[in-house]
Parts: sequence; structure tokens; C-alpha cells
Amino acid sequence: MPKLSMKQRYSVLTRDLDWEPSYVDEEELFPHATFEGIKIHDWSKWEDPFRLTVDSYYKYQAEKDRRLYAVLDSFAQSQGHLSLSDASYLNAMKLFLQGVTPLEYQAHRHFAYLGRHLKGGGPRFAAICQSIDELRHAQTEIHTLSGYNKHYSGFHGFSRMHDRVWYLSVPKSFFDDAVSAGPFEFLTAISFSFEYLLTNLLFVPFMSGASFNGDLPTMTFGFSAQSDESRHMTLGLESIKFMLEQDEGNVPIVQDWIDKWFWRSYRVTALVASMMDYQLPRRVMSWKEAFELYFEQQMLEGLFPDLSYYGINPPRHVQQAVDEKDLLSHQVYWTLFSFGFAAGFTTSIPHDDHLEWLSANYPDTFDNLYRPQWEKARRIREGGGRFFFQGLPQLCQTCQIPMIFTEPGSPTVIAQRWSEHRGEKFNFCSDGCKWIFDREPEKYVQAWMPVHQIYQGNCGGPTVPEVLAWYGLEEGDGGEYEGSVDQRNWQHWHEAQLSEVASR
Amino acid sequence: MTAAADPVTQPPDNPSNNNVGVELQDSEESRKVIEAIVADNPAATLSHRPGLVRVSVPGRLVVRRETVEGLLGRPWETHEFQMCIVTYYGHIGEWDEDEIVIAWDHSS
Repeated sequence: MPKLSMKQRYSVLTRDLDWEPSYVDEEELFPHATFEGIKIHDWSKWEDPFRLTVDSYYKYQAEKDRRLYAVLDSFAQSQGHLSLSDASYLNAMKLFLQGVTPLEYQAHRHFAYLGRHLKGGGPRFAAICQSIDELRHAQTEIHTLSGYNKHYSGFHGFSRMHDRVWYLSVPKSFFDDAVSAGPFEFLTAISFSFEYLLTNLLFVPFMSGASFNGDLPTMTFGFSAQSDESRHMTLGLESIKFMLEQDEGNVPIVQDWIDKWFWRSYRVTALVASMMDYQLPRRVMSWKEAFELYFEQQMLEGLFPDLSYYGINPPRHVQQAVDEKDLLSHQVYWTLFSFGFAAGFTTSIPHDDHLEWLSANYPDTFDNLYRPQWEKARRIREGGGRFFFQGLPQLCQTCQIPMIFTEPGSPTVIAQRWSEHRGEKFNFCSDGCKWIFDREPEKYVQAWMPVHQIYQGNCGGPTVPEVLAWYGLEEGDGGEYEGSVDQRNWQHWHEAQLSEVASR
Repeated sequence: MTAAADPVTQPPDNPSNNNVGVELQDSEESRKVIEAIVADNPAATLSHRPGLVRVSVPGRLVVRRETVEGLLGRPWETHEFQMCIVTYYGHIGEWDEDEIVIAWDHSS
């Protein structure tokens, strides 16, 4: 048999396996394909530039897993965790495991749904591959980070924490919002906005940070997952272009979704911003620099001029994201530091060289706005204390982040927006989050708000220890890093190593 | 701890506003793929970050199987590019047995 070209193989192994229903009508077979108002006239026009077929999919995925497990073994066998830059580095990975890994599992489930409900054979196959990818990501992330669970706090019970802990409701509610939308909106939300527009800001900093801080296993699973991610990015961009090309009436619907999901996704990346600037002992690049490179340069100057051909504009509220790039990470990390007694990772005051790095990377804002906060926290520590915020914060009804963001142009004035719906008042951190609520108030009034739930008595009890027990947090998981269980162990292990070398 | 290269001071991409590019793992195998990309895209600029190499080209980036095979000294199918790619920007316009092309569709 002559060897088929990639195009022919793709056609034979995906499109040719599709069939026309004979004994049920299409409406009945694909009941979710039309209610969102997206009109598709010809599903065969869907392009998959990867031309991925099932045989090459399994071949390369198996190879990716083999490479990863070889690294996990050798890292564990060589006591690799002792060569990390510092135990505090792992705070970034605790946040990743608690906040991101459960989203991979959610994505696995929902792409399986798309693999059933999209009408075309091409996109259904792409969705099935992505569903399997996402399951692989969830499993390899859990497996990789389980190696640290033997030695460090904060890695146990991540799944329970994801469902309950206040800051984790930010990524969780984001994904709940996406999976409770229709199939086309989900593609715009996750495949396009989350995975194409913002994927580099979400994942590449974690992986480069892992590389720079001696975390070989995380770097390897990260790159292994990212190689799938480029296929997912392609699905995101293809699905947008496909909708725009199929019917002019789709353009305003897609624009609205891009406006909504850019802002929803961007607010989730606030946690990444603070990770990049504050949680890495050895920092790769600042949030600001990453935002300029991966978002302003690649998306605003590259992608959106391309999409303007279809009549698509840059996302509404994008200017506020650009204006916030000097402020975002500082506002978020200060919040995590202030409420750190209720977190699944530890926080601390940046050391002197770290403060200098922050000044150098944020010359317009750090010294006048944020350094004084850290100096105050330091004076409290010198007096034998630790600054923690007393009380519970008000949350934004849409993104669920505490109301910590400031008015555009006034970096010392907290922004507060509100809307009234059915006689009740709802608060928002920004114009973007208010706009999103006002489009679909009946959806967002149902949000599970962690602070409200505590006050309603649904979180273990009225006191802080009761709530922390309900979160599943144990001694050493949160609070201050200096003097923590992880730090004491780290020092002990390294002193033991040094004295062993000295005694030889 | 050993001193590592300063990841911050890297050359910027070309000052063109229709760049496309890829980021590849900094590994033995992708080194040859990167060499091939540079050979086939003379305007390419490279920058390094921990674990990563970023290749950026104005307008259009092509990866040719023949060039990669010549440098690797073994057969290489374009699907194998998946083993070293971390991320890209632009639009994948073509991916067949001979080449992979990344370009924006509608920008000038």
C-alpha cells in the first residue's frame, strides 16, 4: 500500500470516520449546537493545522510521558529536592497544585463533553485529544508534585483546598463559569482567551521559574504539558476564526465573549503576577516584562491586527490591564501576605536584594507606593510581631478577588463599583467585572462567595481555627515562612549535609 | 548554587510589529531544530531564558524537514516538532510532511 500524505491520513482517520445520522435527526443528536446563536453553515470547513491522527497522537504522547518519568525517578533517587534554590520556592508550586491542577481535570471533563457535542468530525477529534491531554496534565502534575509532599507542607489535600479555600475560589469560579456556558462560549473562554491569549503568562513563567530554581521535575512536566498546549492554542485560534468565517452574525457574539473572557482570564493571572514577582527566590522576569512581551507585543500588536480583518476589536477594558501592570503583583502579594494565616502556602517580607530587584523592575511605583508597606511590616517583625489583617475582606462578586485594586490613575484609592439586582447590592473590583455581571446577573448572583459562606456558618464555624480546620489546613501549611516547619527542616537538612562533608 | 546566566538582559525581538515566533526547549535535540530554523529564516533573532530558547521572525517562520534532517543526520518527521515546542505566537498556516509555516493570516 502506498504511504499516504499527512493530509490524506488526516482525512481518512478523522473526517472519514464521521457519519450522517440516519434514524435520529441532527437536532436530537446535537442538542446544544444552536442555542447560543452561533450559526455554522459548513462544518467541513474546520481546519486542523496539526493534522493530528490517533496513531501519531499516541506515539508522541507516550514518548513525552517516558521522558517525564525518567526525570522524576532520577530526581527522587538523587535527593534532588535539596538542590532547590530555597524551600520557599515551593510556595509557587503549592499555589500551582491547589489552583491550577484541578482546572486541568475540569478541562479534561469538559473537552470530553465537546468531543460529544460539537457537530463536526474535525473539531470533535481535536476536543477528544485535548480531553486526554488534560487528564494527562492533571495526573502528571499530581504525580510530579507528590514527590515534594513527602518532605514539605502544603501539598496534601490540594483538591479539598481547591473547593474550599478563599483565594482558590478565584480560579475555581472562573472555570465553573466557563463549563456552565454553551460549547461555543467555552471554546472562546478556555481555548481562545485562556489558552491562546494568556497561556504564556499563565504557564511559561512557572516553567522558567522552575528551571531557574532547580526544580527539574516541574520544569519537565511543564514543558511536556506545554507541547500539548501549543496544539490547544491552535484549537483556540481555529475555533475563533471558524466562527467568524462561518457567518457575519457570529461576529458581535464572539466579540462579546472575547470582551468577557479576556477580563475573566486576566483577573485569574493576578495570582501568577504575584508568584512571579514575589514567590520565586530567583526571579526570571518581572510580571511587567512578561506582560509587555507576551501580551502587549504578541497579542495586541500581533494577533488583534490580524483579527481586525473579521471586524474583531481588542478586548474591552484591555487598557486597564495595561495601566495596571506596574501595580498588580504588589497589590496581590500584599493581600496574600496579610491574609497568609489562612493560606495553603507561606509568605514573608522580601529580603533586601529582592526589594532592590523590585525597585529596579518597577521604578515608577515600587519605592513610593509599596516599599513603605514592607518597611512597616519589617518594623512590626523587629518588635516581635507579624502583620496579619484582622477581619474578612469584601470580595468582588465576579472575580472573587478581595476588593484590593485601585482606581485607574489613582493608585492609592481602592476602586469600588456596584450594581443593584432584585433589590440587592453587589460589589465589584473594576469596571470589567461590573460589566460582566451586568450582562448576566442571574448567573453571578449564584456565586459561592467564600467570605459570605463563612458568615452564613457554612465553613466549619465562626472562629478562624474552625474555618482553617474545615479548609483542611494543618500546622505549617500557611502563615509566615521565617521560622516555619519547612524553613526549619530546610536548614536542618543543609546543616546535616555540611557537617557530613566537614567530617570526611 | 552555581551562578547562572542573567536571564533578564536578552536582546529584544526585531522591532517589527508583525513578528511571529516559537519558544523551544533548550535541549540537545532542539538545538539542531533551532539551527535549521536560523538557516531557513535569515531574519530570525534568538533569545534565551532558563530552559527555553525563543526564536522570533518578522512575518513568516518556516521549519523545513530536509534542513532539520541534514543537521540531525537522521530521518525526522514534522510531527516530531511537538517534542520540542513549548509555545508559539502567530497562526500555524501549514503543517505537512515537508514543512511547518507560522504566519499571521491577514496582517500586512
